Amino acid sequence: MSNVLWQLSTSHFLALSAVLFTIGVAGALFRRNALIVLMSIELMLNAGNIAILTFARLHHDQSGHGLAMMVIAVAAAEAAVGLAIVVAVFRATRHVNVDRLTALKH
Amino acid sequence: MPTLATSPTDWPLHWIVLLPLLGAAINLLVGRKLARRTVHLIACGSVLAALLLSLSAVVGSLYPLWKASQTGGAAPELRDLFYTWIQSGSLRVEMAFLLDPLSAVMILTITFVGFLIHVYSTGYMAHDPRPAAYFGYLNLFTAAMLLLVLGDSLPVMFIGWEGVGLCSYLLIGFWFDKEKYANAGRKAFIVNRIGDFGFLLGILLLYANVGAVDYAGLEASLAQLVGANSPLLTSYAGTGLSLTFFAGLFLFVGACGKSAQIPLYVWLPDAMAGPTPVSALIHAATMVTAGVYMVARLGFLFLTTPEVMMIIAAVGATTAIVAAVIGFAQTDIKKVLAYSTVSQLGFMFAAVGCGAFTAGVFHLFTHAFFKAGLFLAAGSVMHAMGDRTEIMGMGGLRKKIPITHATFFIYCLAIAGVVPFAGFFSKDEILLGAYVAQLPYWPEWFGRAIWAVLAVTALFTAFYMWRLYFLVFAGESRADEATQRQIHESPATMTGPLVVLAIGAVLLGFLGLPHIGGLPNAFAAWLSGTFGAWQGTVLPEAHASTGTTITLMAIALASALIGIGAAWALYRNGPGALVQRLVVVLAPLHRWVANKFYVDELYDLLIIRPFRLLAKLLFAVVDRVFIDTLFVNGTGWVTRTFGRLARRAQNGDVQRYFVAMLLGVVGIVSFATCGKPRFEATTAGGTAMRFVADVGAGPGANGAKVEWDFTGDGKIDATGADVTWSFPAPGSHAVTLRVEDGLFREVKQLKRVITVAAVVLEAAAAPAEGAVN
Repeated sequence: MSNVLWQLSTSHFLALSAVLFTIGVAGALFRRNALIVLMSIELMLNAGNIAILTFARLHHDQSGHGLAMMVIAVAAAEAAVGLAIVVAVFRATRHVNVDRLTALKH
Repeated sequence: MPTLATSPTDWPLHWIVLLPLLGAAINLLVGRKLARRTVHLIACGSVLAALLLSLSAVVGSLYPLWKASQTGGAAPELRDLFYTWIQSGSLRVEMAFLLDPLSAVMILTITFVGFLIHVYSTGYMAHDPRPAAYFGYLNLFTAAMLLLVLGDSLPVMFIGWEGVGLCSYLLIGFWFDKEKYANAGRKAFIVNRIGDFGFLLGILLLYANVGAVDYAGLEASLAQLVGANSPLLTSYAGTGLSLTFFAGLFLFVGACGKSAQIPLYVWLPDAMAGPTPVSALIHAATMVTAGVYMVARLGFLFLTTPEVMMIIAAVGATTAIVAAVIGFAQTDIKKVLAYSTVSQLGFMFAAVGCGAFTAGVFHLFTHAFFKAGLFLAAGSVMHAMGDRTEIMGMGGLRKKIPITHATFFIYCLAIAGVVPFAGFFSKDEILLGAYVAQLPYWPEWFGRAIWAVLAVTALFTAFYMWRLYFLVFAGESRADEATQRQIHESPATMTGPLVVLAIGAVLLGFLGLPHIGGLPNAFAAWLSGTFGAWQGTVLPEAHASTGTTITLMAIALASALIGIGAAWALYRNGPGALVQRLVVVLAPLHRWVANKFYVDELYDLLIIRPFRLLAKLLFAVVDRVFIDTLFVNGTGWVTRTFGRLARRAQNGDVQRYFVAMLLGVVGIVSFATCGKPRFEATTAGGTAMRFVADVGAGPGANGAKVEWDFTGDGKIDATGADVTWSFPAPGSHAVTLRVEDGLFREVKQLKRVITVAAVVLEAAAAPAEGAVN
C-alpha cells in the first residue's frame, strides 16, 4: 500500500483538489436546495485544504497545517451559521429553494 | 471713550465709523424684537455719538494742528491705522483713516445733517411697519459714508463707495411691495454699477502703473513721475495721452454714476421713490456728493491732466443747465427737487473741474443744508397733503403749515442765491472760479463759457425753485375738500430739524465771504490745510480783482432776482392763464422738456432693449439648452439610465451573484498571472545566442505572439518563444522583446543590452530578468 502512496506525486493531490473544488463550484452554482449549496461550499473549502496541505508538504513548511486547521474551524462556524439560517428560512417560507429566495435585492 | 494715543496726530478715528455701524448691526439683527422707541434711540444715539466724536476730533485735535500749520507747521492731519487689510506681494492696503480739513468738513456735514434726518425720520416714519430695517439701513449708510470720506486710500474709499450704493438701493426700494419702487432701486443700483466699474478700473490702473493706492503714496509717486518727466505722463501705452488722463477719466466715470452727472444721471430722479428723508440724506446731502469729494480729494491727480479737468467742467456745466431746464416742467415736488439736485451737483463738478476745489466743497457744504432742508420740508408738505406730491394740486399752504412754509422760503432764497443766504456765497464763488479759471492748455474762452452757462443756470434755478414755492404755498388751494380739511403742521420731530437746517442755510454762507476788501474767508483758509499745497498754483479766484468779483456778484444776484421775478409773474396765483397759453404755444418744446428730453426712452432703445434681447437669447440657448437640458437633466438621465441597467444585475438570486464573483476571481487571477515579458540569453557557439522568452503562465500566455528585434532597427528579426540568433560581431547589442498577450492583445515590450563575448565560453549576459513596463 505504501508503495502506491509513494507513487502519488504532488500533481495527483492538486488534481484531486481541483476536481473537488470544481464539483463544489458546480454544486453551489447549479443546485437549488440551500442545504446542497452549503454542502458544496464545504466541499470547496476542503478542496482548498487539500491544496494547502499539498503545498505545505511540497515546501516542507508546517505553517500550512495550521492554516488548514483554521479553515476547518471557519468551515465549522460557517456550517453552524449557514444551517441556522437555512432553518430560519425554512420556518419562514416552508421551502429552501435558492431560486425562489430573491429578497436580497435593491 | 477713545483717548489720545501716543502721537499727537494719532486719533482713534475708526470709532466714528464703527458707532453707526454698531447701531446698524443692532437694528438689523435684533431690531424687529425691539420697541419702536428703542430702535429710534439706538439709531439717533449712534449717529449723535458719531457727531460728538467728530466734533471732538475736529475741534479738539485737528483745529490746533491747523492753527499750527497756518504758522508754518506740518499739514493738519489726524491719522488712524486701524489694521492691515490686505497684504499680498507688493500690495499692502491698510484699513487706515485720515482726518484733514477736507474730510473734517465732510464728516461734520454727514453726522450733523444725518443726525437731523434721523430725528426727522422718527416722526416721518412713525407709522411704518418696518422701523428697524429703515433705521438699520440709515445707520449703515451713515457708517459707509463716513468710511468713504475718512478712508486713507482708494480701496477703503471704494468699500464706502459700494456701501453707500448698497444702502441707497435698499432705501430707494424700501417699499419694495410696489413694483415701481423696486424697479427704481434696481435702476439706481445698475446705473451706479456702471460708474463703479469705471471707478474700479481707475484704481487698478493707478495701482498697476504707480504701485500705490493710498493718497499720500499716490501723491508722492505722481510727483516723482512728474519730476522724472516719465513717459507714462506724456504718452501712456503709446496713446499720446497721459496715464493720469485715463485714470482720471475712469475715476470721473465713477463720480458720474454716484453723483448723477450726464450721462449717468437718470437714476437720481427715479430714486425719489424712497422715503423722503432718504432722498434728503442720501440723494441730496451726502452720497451724491461723494463724486465731488473724490475729485477734490484726488485733486493732485486731476490737476496733472487738464484734459480731464476740462471734461469734468464741461460735463458739470452741461448737467447743471440740462437738469435745470427739465426742472421747469416737472409737476412732482420731489422730482423738481431731484432735478435741482442733479443741477446743483453739476455746479459742484463745474467748480472742481475748473480747479476751484474750495468753491466746489463749499457749495457741497451749504447745499447739504438747504437741499436736505428742502427735501425734509417737501416731506412735511407731503405729510400735510396726505402723501400727495403733485404740485398742481397744492397751493395756499402758506398759512396752514407756517413753520414748513417759513423754512421752505428760506431754503428757496438760499438755493436761488439771494444775498446773504448760504447759496449766494457758495454759488458766487463757483461762478467766480469758473470765470477766472485758466488751466494749462485750456483755451482762453473755456472758463468764461462755463461761467456763462452756470450764470444762466443760476437764473433757471431761481425760476424753477420759486415756481415750486409759489405753486405749493401761494395763492388758493387747488386740493379737493377732503384733503384740505386734513392739512396739518408736522410734529416737532419733523419741524425741529427744518428750523435747524434753515438756520444753517442763513448763516453758513458767512463762513466763506468773497474776496473783497480783505473780508475773511474762513472756509477757504480752513481747506487750505488740504488744498493749500497744490491749489495755489491753479486756483485764480483769489487773484481776481475786486472789480471783477463785484461785477460777477451783481450779475449772479441779478439773475437770481430775474428768475424769482419771472416765477412770481407766472405762478404767484397758481398756474395762471399766461402759463396755460405758454404751454399751448410752446407745446412741442414743453412736451420735450416735460418728458425729460426722452433720455430714458433713448437709453431704453439703445441699451436696455438690445441687452434684454441678448439676455433672452442667452437664456434660450445657454440656460435652456445647455444648463437645463444638457447639464442638469442630462446628468440625471445618465445616472438614472445606468442605474436601471445596473439594477437588472442585482435580482436577488444568490447564485447569479456567485457567478459574477467567480468571473471576477478568474479575471483577477488571469491578470495577476499575466507575466511581464522576460527572456534569458545563453551562448550557442561563436557569436550566436539562444534566446528563450518567458511569456508568463496566465491564460494570456496561450497564443501569445513573441517577436524579436536584434538589430535595433525597429524591424522584426525573428518570432517565437525560443530562437537562436547570430550576431555579426561580438560586443554590446540592444535586444528588444515584444510580447502580445494571447487573451487581451496587450503589447508589452522589453529592451535589454546584452554583451556577446569575443571568445565565447559561457553566457555573456547574466540571465537576470529585467522587466520593464
